[in-house]
Amino acid sequence: MAKVIERKPLTLAERTYLPQVVSGLKTTFLQIFKKSVTLEYPEQRPPIPPGYRGVPTLVKDPDGREKCVSCQLCEFVCPPKAIRIQPGEIENEDYAHVEKAPREFDIDMLRCIYCGLCQEVCPEEAIFLQEIYTLSGYGRAEMVNNKEKLYELGGTLPDKHFKWEKKRLAAEHGRAH
Amino acid sequence: MDWTTLSILVGKALLVVVVLMGLCLYSVLAERKVSSWIQGRMGPNRTTLPLIGAIPLIGPFLTRLGIFQPLADGGKFLFKEEIMPGHVNKVYFVLAPILALIPALLTVTVVPFGRVMDATGELVPLVLANLDLGVLFIFAVSSLGVYAIILAGWAANSKYPFLGGIRGSAQMISYELALTISVLPVFLWINAPGGEGTLSLVRVVTAQDNLWFVIWQPVSALIFLISMFAETNRLPFDMPESETDLVGGYHTEYGAFKFGLFFTAEYAHMIVGSAVIALLFFGGWHPLPFVTLEDLSVWTGLDVSTGVLGATLSVLIVLFKIFFFLFLFIWVRWTVPRFRYDQVMRIGWTMLLPLAIANLVVYAIIIALVDRGGF
Repeated sequence: MAKVIERKPLTLAERTYLPQVVSGLKTTFLQIFKKSVTLEYPEQRPPIPPGYRGVPTLVKDPDGREKCVSCQLCEFVCPPKAIRIQPGEIENEDYAHVEKAPREFDIDMLRCIYCGLCQEVCPEEAIFLQEIYTLSGYGRAEMVNNKEKLYELGGTLPDKHFKWEKKRLAAEHGRAH
Repeated sequence: MDWTTLSILVGKALLVVVVLMGLCLYSVLAERKVSSWIQGRMGPNRTTLPLIGAIPLIGPFLTRLGIFQPLADGGKFLFKEEIMPGHVNKVYFVLAPILALIPALLTVTVVPFGRVMDATGELVPLVLANLDLGVLFIFAVSSLGVYAIILAGWAANSKYPFLGGIRGSAQMISYELALTISVLPVFLWINAPGGEGTLSLVRVVTAQDNLWFVIWQPVSALIFLISMFAETNRLPFDMPESETDLVGGYHTEYGAFKFGLFFTAEYAHMIVGSAVIALLFFGGWHPLPFVTLEDLSVWTGLDVSTGVLGATLSVLIVLFKIFFFLFLFIWVRWTVPRFRYDQVMRIGWTMLLPLAIANLVVYAIIIALVDRGGF
């Protein structure tokens, strides 16, 4: 059953509309003295919450080694096919039989949809979507992040595994493989 | 008239117009700043000038205050490309913004903005033309501004400007009546029988020595204020513009300098309107209700009513009142949402006009009784 709400007829003061205007004026006047909520953007940046998915970057381990082993899982999982990897040998020839490294690693930021699947799929924890959210360029070519740029953006993140350290200790105990 | 008198007159006129234009520029800044404060924003605070902006403390302070922003705004209006849409009536299209500015600048000629006591103790108003017609001239000329709106709406030859023009003209006609009738009690009072009849604003101010008209004629002042909002096309009565439903109203098709002229004209109307209401109801150059500058000099023992100091003070007081009403214009703009068109018409014809007439009748009776010595 529909409930009928009885509306009170407006009083004379309400019908003149003026008391309401005056109370509104009071509200807006008090608003003048409140602190502005504006962030002055280029100087002040908003806080980035943890887990934010910004521009995908490649990271190095604390020893400065590149972590990517060019397994190409990210390339295969990338929904818009933004990632292109050309595998290559690692710099340290002693371990050439152990790992590989990317020779070329390109992420086309015009294609990237910031889904974070590359970060999720990476077995080496080498690719992270970090806090960078402003990206611009003057042409299509500039919007493709190459390997050098990706490492520059990524920097170094703390590492829990120290894979190469384990590899060295194993070699010392004669269990190199 | 010899050349010196003429050049002095021209100089005075130029000075007043330049000050008015400066006030227009800076009321645009005030509009932007106050609206941003009310909305919890910062407003323009980046524009700076190379040399002045580099002065320590003062430069950054002025920059944060947006003091240089009007220069950038004005420069933008000057240097933007003048676009003449292909479908407009070119003559009227160019004529409209000019017609908008002329009445807005003309009305300021009869607005007294201060007074000087000359050597004989006689009051000389600071005004370009001390017309005895005063207020009638202001009403007549400022309502010419509506022709610019109609012309702009018509010449633009597209539907939104046309609607804006039509609305503007209907609104102007509706509120002009209430506006004019609401000031009649004031002139009934100052034109006491036996005296010399006058419509001069100077006479209105000198009549407020003891009592500001707003105190014993508050309804007149209120009707005048509301109608003033409508006449200057300010929110909540900005029917000709109505940017949410009519794009930009009558100036939709205008850009660059021509739009700047409309813009300046609107603010000049606001400034003159503020000056007129300050003079008519709020005591003009009298500093406080019941207190004149002469009273102040007697009380403080300092000579603040005569000479240069007195003149400066009177101008400053008028300016202060103008600023207050400009602030009120802006303040109300961000408080009250725009009325619908039918509401505007209803308020004008069924509320303000009958109220103004009733107010006139009541005060006519009161004034008649007072003049006969009934009280």
